[in-house]
This record gives sequence, structure tokens and C-alpha cells, in this order.
Amino acid sequence: MKRVYVNEKWCLGCHLCEYNCAFANSGCDDMVKALKNITINPRIRIEEKGNVSFAVSCRHCDEPLCVKGCITGALTVDQDGVITINQDKCVGCFTCILSCPYGAIMPSSTGHAIQKCELCINNAGGEPACVKGCPNRAIVFEERSEEA
Amino acid sequence: MKYVIIGNSAAAVGAVEAIRKLDTEGSITLISSEAYHTYSRPLISYLLQGRTDEQRMKYRGDDFYEKNGVEAMLNTTVSAIDPRKKEVSTADGKTIPYDKLLVATGSKPFVPPMSGLEDVPNRFTFMSLDDAHALEQALGPQARVLIIGAGLIGLKCAEGIADKVGSITVVDLADRILPSILDEAGSAMMQSHIESHGIAFRLSDSVKAFTPDTATLQSGEVIGFDILVIAVGVRPNTELVKEAGGEVRRGIVTDLHCATTLPDVWAAGDCTESLDITTGQERILALLPNAYMQGECAGINMAGGEKLYDHAIPMNAIGFFDLHIITAGSYMGVSTVTEGEATYKRLVVDDNRLVGYILIGAVERAGIYTSLIRNKTPLDTIDFELIKEKPQLMAFSKVERLRQLGGIKQ
Repeated sequence: MKRVYVNEKWCLGCHLCEYNCAFANSGCDDMVKALKNITINPRIRIEEKGNVSFAVSCRHCDEPLCVKGCITGALTVDQDGVITINQDKCVGCFTCILSCPYGAIMPSSTGHAIQKCELCINNAGGEPACVKGCPNRAIVFEERSEEA
Repeated sequence: MKYVIIGNSAAAVGAVEAIRKLDTEGSITLISSEAYHTYSRPLISYLLQGRTDEQRMKYRGDDFYEKNGVEAMLNTTVSAIDPRKKEVSTADGKTIPYDKLLVATGSKPFVPPMSGLEDVPNRFTFMSLDDAHALEQALGPQARVLIIGAGLIGLKCAEGIADKVGSITVVDLADRILPSILDEAGSAMMQSHIESHGIAFRLSDSVKAFTPDTATLQSGEVIGFDILVIAVGVRPNTELVKEAGGEVRRGIVTDLHCATTLPDVWAAGDCTESLDITTGQERILALLPNAYMQGECAGINMAGGEKLYDHAIPMNAIGFFDLHIITAGSYMGVSTVTEGEATYKRLVVDDNRLVGYILIGAVERAGIYTSLIRNKTPLDTIDFELIKEKPQLMAFSKVERLRQLGGIKQ
């Protein structure tokens, strides 16, 4: 399946992916209106230290510990391999935050459910917004054969 | 191939999903003493709280049995396993043959003998949907609730009903709350948080005797109540395997393949003991994620695959009144403790490995710590000082990061 991959060599640490993610998932069609005066809660997060930076978002694992451990059944793998969250079913117990080895799942803004990268399949669609907006192609969306 | 599964919760569902990945032909019969579609037991407190409902708390969709070709015999209790004839018999007189059997019978509330308990009309346990329904009927804005047990079940119950009753008092013999998952400082922090939501504790104390609406404690205090909830602990449902001649200690004994000592009989979930890799001990790890993964492992092996259940660790994610706790592993080792305004962190290191942690308040990215425990990552291969501050992938080597985030093209 196509996944989001990051290459820290090319990451500028500009955080645009975080803003594009927050905008894409805001349900709003005006970026300024969507993001002005709010603390964004994006599903992709930059880690940075010194001159190293890189983005982290859901790996859509083949053996997803978050899905297996989900106590409600709110996290599922769809037919294309994308791990999605049904926020209506989720109660925010955070067992998935306990389970995810990448730290790629976080509480939603209500605190009573979680959120995660769904590869933009449940919002505007198409290419993931973080990838589309990355000025240096440090984040790409492509098919790769992964190590087990 | 004829698969029979006794149970209808996380371990049973894990087994069904695993079997169907390998075997789409064999028949699966699932037998459950409860009448309900598979549901998430830990959600019963959220149900009473009004944060979920019976449709949303279904653990899998309405089409789960149909989609997976499962014959679900609900409201049917298995009374015996005959491992020689390879069949199970039910309380209503049916006999069901199996080629491969999974015992996923879970656990039941433990109600210790207490003087006068039988005379309390409004007494409840808190484990099943039926328990939640019964308790809900009794709730009222003036009701005084007495909960025996300040563990996970008792306190989730307290949270679930806090807005629907007059008062809640929790009694526990232990000197602190949540002793199974927290250390003393963590317990104290959670206790004052829960107390700030109007719940009273009587610790290091227990009930000497009940009347229908009072409890006299060992300390001499008399507490009046309208509703009594017994939440002192659970016991695994091991009888079927024991009576069939399988080995049972506290829980059903299973090997790393999740097989019992009976031929062609596997077991998974809260009824079993499994290997805790943080201590090397066989113990009951009655936790939903473990139950699912154990059931999955059993299912793979039942269907002829090969899978070991060898990464189990104790772990808990739980919140009370919006203060979240995530814990994992064992607390035997050298600890580093960091306390903040409303946060608490304890990391436990032993022999160059992270073996356990407690996070309260700030639980972001806790799974990175969990993976260090699960993978037994040597701490001298990562920047431990950095990861001690907060969980982050930056602490791993560049090569490891490239692998984790997929930078390596094959």
C-alpha cells in the first residue's frame, strides 16, 4: 500500500505539514479561518533537535498494536490497509497511545477520543495534505516494500 | 476443520479473526453464556456515564458473526469438555463436537464471604452488561453508594455513576488506591484527584458486618448505604478445563502457543496464565489488549499456523475524571521520578533495559516507552537521557529512525 514516508535529510523543520494537516482535518475551506487564533492539534508531528528534524505520523502497520489493543473496536484496518478511527465509538481510554511504538496517536481536541493520520481518506481526499504541502519533498506518499 | 470457541469477548474475537485469515473453509461455532452480541466489557462504566451506548459499545460490527462464518450460540452455557471424545456439552443438553477448541471463558467477580452480605438487597458486582443494567436501575440522585474495592473496577464504577447518585464511599483493605498498577506517590495523586470529584475513601479498612443498609467497618465506623457494589477482584473461569483434566494453577496453564495441557484445546484471555516477559513469571494478565493478542495467537496455531505469544507485559491505560494514567511493565529496578504540577512520571530501569513506567497526567507518546520494554531495547543503544525527558524517536540512532519511518528503500 502507499504510505507516508519521511526523509529527515530533506526536512527543513518548517512545520508546514502540521499546519496543512490541521487545515485538512478542520472541515473548513479557508486556511486562515481554520487556523487563526487556535492551537493546532495535527496528526503529524515534527520532532526536532539541533539541526535534525523529521515528521512522525501513523505508519499504518501491517501488525497494528493499536487496532489489536483497542478496547472498543473503534480502530480498524480498512480494505486498503489504512488504519482509521471511529471517533464516535472511541471513549478516549488511550490504550492505543500506550500501544503505538511510534507515538503517532494523540488525543483529539475534546480529550474524549483519539485522532490519528488516516492518509486524508476521510477528509478532502487525494494525496495526504502533509505530502502535498511539503516544500522540500521530505514527506512522500508512495509504495515501498517494507521490512517485516 | 471444526473450531469451537467458548467465550464471546476479546480473546474469542481475536481467535475468530486469526482463524479466518488462514482458514476460510472450516466451521466456527462460538458459544457464549451471555445473550449479547460481542461487546466491550470495560465500557460498562462509560455506558452508565452516558459516554457510549449499547450499539457503540459493540466490540465488533453487527455483521461480525455472519461475515466471519461464525455460528454464534448465544445464551448457551457450556457445562463440560470431554477431551477424549473431543466434544463439549451444554447446560441445555446439546453436544458439540470439535477438532480444535478454544477456551476463552474470562473471569468472574470475586465476592468474599462477609457477615450479613446475603441480607443486603441492593448489592451488585460490576463486570458485565447485565451487572451494569441492574446497577443502573438502582441509581438515583439521593442514593448513597458504598463500593468495596479501590481497584480499577471499583473506581471506574465510581466514576461512571458519580453524577447520578448522592454520594459514593469506597472502602479498601489496602492503604492506597489502584495498588495493582500504581506506586505510592501515584496512588496518592490519583486519590486526591478522585476525592476532588466528591468520592470519599476509607482505606486500610474493611467491612466487619453488613445489615441491609449499613456497613460496620473494622475501625468501628458505620456507613449507611442504599447501593452496595462489590469490586474486590476477579477470579478466572477455569472450571471447565480443570474438570476435563487440564492443568490449572491460578489460571489455566498455557504454553507459548496458547495451548493448554489438553490435546487440541487452547486457552486465551483472562482465564489463563501467560508469560510476563518483564518478570519471567507465569501470571494472569487480565487485560483486554493481551486477551485479543492471546486469542489471535491461539487462533493462528489452531488453524495450522505458527505463532508464539511471547511479548506479553502488564500494561494499563485508564483515566478517572479526565486525569489519565498509562503504566506498563514491572517496577522492580532503579527508578527515576519526575513530578510536575499535575503530572507524575516514573521510569524503572534494570540491567540496561527499561522494564516499567508510570505516567500520570502527561501520557503523550507513551507507546514509545512501551516498545522499549516489549523489545527489551538495550538502553546504551539509544539516547536514554533524551528519551527520559519525553518519549521521542529522536533518541534512536539515525539508522533505526530510517528503518522506523521507512526511509530505507528496499
